[in-house]
Amino acid sequence: MPDIDLAQTSVRELNAALHGLPGDSNETLWKVRNPQGKHAIAAGLNFPATVEIEGPVGYYCAGMNCLGTVIVHGNAGTGVAENMMSGEVRVMGDASQSAGATGRGGLLVIEGNASARCGISMKGIDIVVKGDIGPMSAFMAQAGNLVVLGGAGENLGDSIYEARLWVRGAVKSLGADCIEKEPTAEERGALKTVLQRAGINGEAKAEDFRLYGSARTLYHFHIDNVGAY
Amino acid sequence: MCGIVGLFLKNKALAPELGSLTAKMLKMMSDRGPDSAGFAVYGAGEDDEIKLTLRIAGATGAFAAAFAARFGLPARLTQKSSHAVLSIPAALEAEVRLWLAGEYPGIHLVGAGTRMELYKDVGLPGDVADRFGLPAMRGTHAIGHTRMATESSVTTDGAHPFSTGLDQCLVHNGSLSNHNAMRRVLIREGLAFETENDSEVAAAYLTWRMREGASLEQALTASLADLDGFYTFVVGTESGFAVLRDPIACKPAVMAETDDYVAFGSEYRALAVLPDIEKARLFEPEPARVYVWEH
Repeated sequence: MPDIDLAQTSVRELNAALHGLPGDSNETLWKVRNPQGKHAIAAGLNFPATVEIEGPVGYYCAGMNCLGTVIVHGNAGTGVAENMMSGEVRVMGDASQSAGATGRGGLLVIEGNASARCGISMKGIDIVVKGDIGPMSAFMAQAGNLVVLGGAGENLGDSIYEARLWVRGAVKSLGADCIEKEPTAEERGALKTVLQRAGINGEAKAEDFRLYGSARTLYHFHIDNVGAY
Repeated sequence: MCGIVGLFLKNKALAPELGSLTAKMLKMMSDRGPDSAGFAVYGAGEDDEIKLTLRIAGATGAFAAAFAARFGLPARLTQKSSHAVLSIPAALEAEVRLWLAGEYPGIHLVGAGTRMELYKDVGLPGDVADRFGLPAMRGTHAIGHTRMATESSVTTDGAHPFSTGLDQCLVHNGSLSNHNAMRRVLIREGLAFETENDSEVAAAYLTWRMREGASLEQALTASLADLDGFYTFVVGTESGFAVLRDPIACKPAVMAETDDYVAFGSEYRALAVLPDIEKARLFEPEPARVYVWEH
């Protein structure tokens, strides 16, 4: 098992080694020590390896992740799992702003809280936050599920297209064109699947969540609003 | 971009390490601001004295002699690279300021206060810290800044912190959009400006509010309505340390609090150098919420 100490090895060397893994490699478990908040750790992973990071990471950790599993035993800085394509990223602590931003697929689990703009412009990723999420989360979200076991900050889902926002706790306020919706049985089923994939069994039930989504009034220009431009 | 660091000690036993910890934090933020750097340190001071931090080119011997001749006092002057700290009786402050402005237009008054010393210069943050001997400085709190210039040029004058009142300093990450209009308002209120910099306007705004009787917390709360733009501010006063982010929290901020200190960093990396950081309570300051700590 490769054991990388970032006090000795640069992030660039680590990432180059991960990117260079041949398709038939048996090096599927990596340990990374002393991350000390450095940026872009394990970004651009394109191989089904598991990378365990022993400590807090900086910006864009596991960004663009494809197939890989990245586990952060600490907090994560801005943009963890940004633009993730597939695979899984799990943050054992809190995540800073823009967690899972623009993600297209895969699963991001945050065991603690996520701050502002969680899931901004999400495009198919599933995000599960066990604590609270900050203000302006899911801004312009397009697809995927954002599941929050705690509460949400102000302006949740502002200018949302079509993602599903599931919140168990209180929502401080909803953003423009975001409304509470009555979920269909199919939608509840999808939530159940996400909770199972995130390993949440018993901690929370799909029935405990309220669904928020798009009112679809911003999809087309409305002539009555011409004065606003 | 730009980087901010701040350290407010709750445990006096850490006072000898204030400078070395701040220097490490500042150096860690070099990527965010390699153009210039600066810092304010709140150290020892006497109530009836004022320390004037001056930016002064070349040898200071003739200046010290001229001061002694003019005021009948030996010049207590400590030179550190391009800056020197002149300690004077508080009663002479106005007179010394007038004399400096009249006789030495080439000498810049960077900051003044009973406890605050303020240093800033162009160059890499680590080099700037070493140039002024930051690692050896001691005190109760310190604020530092690494600058990537956006609104005005890379000069020592444009470097942070900005000080517009006794023992007051402000550092800013972001850019203000209504600084020209606000500067005109503040000039009418009698405040003086050294630069065209937007951050100096924020500093002067707080000085003005506090001059009118507001507490540090009240001044910052008022700034939410009056200053427009992107900002994370970290502000120091003789005994206080405050943080404010704009209502959409455009610029990054992370804080750590332990029984021994409160620390601010633009990124966690800056906090990673602090003692017992793994046991600290880490949090991001909320948008539009004023945080103040006082000694």
